[in-house]
Amino acid sequence: MTTNEKKQLMAAACIVRMGVIKGTHAAKAGHPGGSLSAADLFAYLYEKELRVDPQNPKWEERDRFVLSKGHTAPGLYAALALRGFFPEEDLLTLRHIGSHLQGHPNMNLTPGVDMSTGSLGQGISAAAGMALAAKYQGKDCRVYALLGDGELQEGQVWEAFMFAHHYRLDNLCVIIDNNGLQIDGSVEKVMSPYPIPEKLRAFGFEVAEIDGHDFDQMEAAFAKAKSTRDVPFAIVMKTVKGKDVSYMENQAGWHGKAPNDEEYELAMKELSAHLAEVEGM
Amino acid sequence: MADVKKIATRDSYGNALKELGARHENLIVFDADLAGATKTATFQKAFPTRHFDCGIAEADMIDVAAGAASMGLVPFASSFAMFAAGRAFEQIRNSVGYPHLNVKIGATHGGISVGEDGASHQCCEDFALMRAIPGMVVMCPSDDVEARAAVLAAYEYVGPVYLRFGRLAVPVFHEEETFRFQIGKGETLQDGTDVAILATGLMVNEAVEAGKALREAGISARIINLCTIKPLDEALVVKAARECGKIITCEEHSIVGGLGEAVCALLSEKCPTPVRRIGVNDEFGHSGPAAALLKQFGLSAEHIVEVAKDLCAK
Repeated sequence: MTTNEKKQLMAAACIVRMGVIKGTHAAKAGHPGGSLSAADLFAYLYEKELRVDPQNPKWEERDRFVLSKGHTAPGLYAALALRGFFPEEDLLTLRHIGSHLQGHPNMNLTPGVDMSTGSLGQGISAAAGMALAAKYQGKDCRVYALLGDGELQEGQVWEAFMFAHHYRLDNLCVIIDNNGLQIDGSVEKVMSPYPIPEKLRAFGFEVAEIDGHDFDQMEAAFAKAKSTRDVPFAIVMKTVKGKDVSYMENQAGWHGKAPNDEEYELAMKELSAHLAEVEGM
Repeated sequence: MADVKKIATRDSYGNALKELGARHENLIVFDADLAGATKTATFQKAFPTRHFDCGIAEADMIDVAAGAASMGLVPFASSFAMFAAGRAFEQIRNSVGYPHLNVKIGATHGGISVGEDGASHQCCEDFALMRAIPGMVVMCPSDDVEARAAVLAAYEYVGPVYLRFGRLAVPVFHEEETFRFQIGKGETLQDGTDVAILATGLMVNEAVEAGKALREAGISARIINLCTIKPLDEALVVKAARECGKIITCEEHSIVGGLGEAVCALLSEKCPTPVRRIGVNDEFGHSGPAAALLKQFGLSAEHIVEVAKDLCAK
């Protein structure tokens, strides 16, 4: 990855984070913590990885992305807006009556959303179904699914993992956002899903372990995913919940709470400074 | 009656899938380790590469089907009614109903006629659960001819459909050549003016038999088959209420939340009419031969006759 490319991705991630803050602030609700931990991934997927066409969101040959951890819709929406699926101003209508930006993703309302999600554990099965269908139809598109680490507590996730390996879905790439926190506290204390990579390997996955805020590692992992044959691929990424907003970082309390006016100003100030720094690189 | 052909509607389901599969490449089938019982094995044998066993994982199966439907395929996902509508309710609600995806749920072993397996497997709540989901079509065919027609109609309809089939072989009373099926349209099997008997599933044949006995007793019963429980054929039901003044509903389902309640809800608003609901009376079933259970739970022509006589005497 060139320095310039990396700089562009860092700027994009920063804009996604600003979109998360703007949206949840305007909604006075929503889930900033997990949206920020996955912001770099959202930016990478929509700016670099996914073969999608904002002018033709239902293009049949497109790659699919399923946000299995649907509550982090603010991050997905910000990335979709940045990619040009809809105007950025729409982010301010998040969770408002009449908005196409529902609290959790709705595939029939929001351009670019491939599956309605929100009830944890279900998106990954749908993604597996898409990958199976793509193989049956002879499509060479790929399917990506993002799960939370807490979401791994849902038994259905493991049913889906069994299915993905059983049907040799090497066109499926599962990403686990391991930010370590869920509503009631640390995932380890609430109901430990660890060790995640070992469990995935035992389920037949090829696994890459990366820093979810490092684009070089992301690029290498996605390249490996694409060249892996016969088994599904999983990227387990260590992340920081609330990443790049100082008072939200590593705070479970920011899982599902919107910033007030004062907190909004502070977050935007920090992110603007960060963006200026990236752009000056 | 001795030589009437009997076929379980689950067999009709498997045969219809095979027939449709030959014509439509976009039809695929999912099952959850019950292919032999749900009869999707009939399809599997003909099209092994288009039948996907999900193992004993009904929740995953429903969402996998949702994902496949989002890609433009027409998946039929099958299990017993208890584990499809019951165990995977929330998957059906959130990943099929809410996005209105083109998934067909073929649920076999509905009702107490499952028999010996007992209450854990006798689903009498599926109409209630599926009816509560916005946009869901709910059907329960009465015999082999109607069941195969319903599967074809479900395939052609774009949107989520719940189909309930039975384990027990039941009489085939429809004429294949003249039968026409349409989702949402009831079928008047016998005209009458004293009481209207509205039935679904295997209770339709019982209602027809009851109608014959009632005629001999001097009661003119209108017999209506409501294969589609949702959307209900409201015009036909209201017309029957207006013209007969008394209604009896019959279903192999709890009296809570099924056809009976759907009819009561409609009539209370559009045409208040005395209604008697025949079904499973808010209790669990138990093990036993299907025929004996149906008799014990009052899901029989004899019981319909009793209720009709009582209602008409008032």
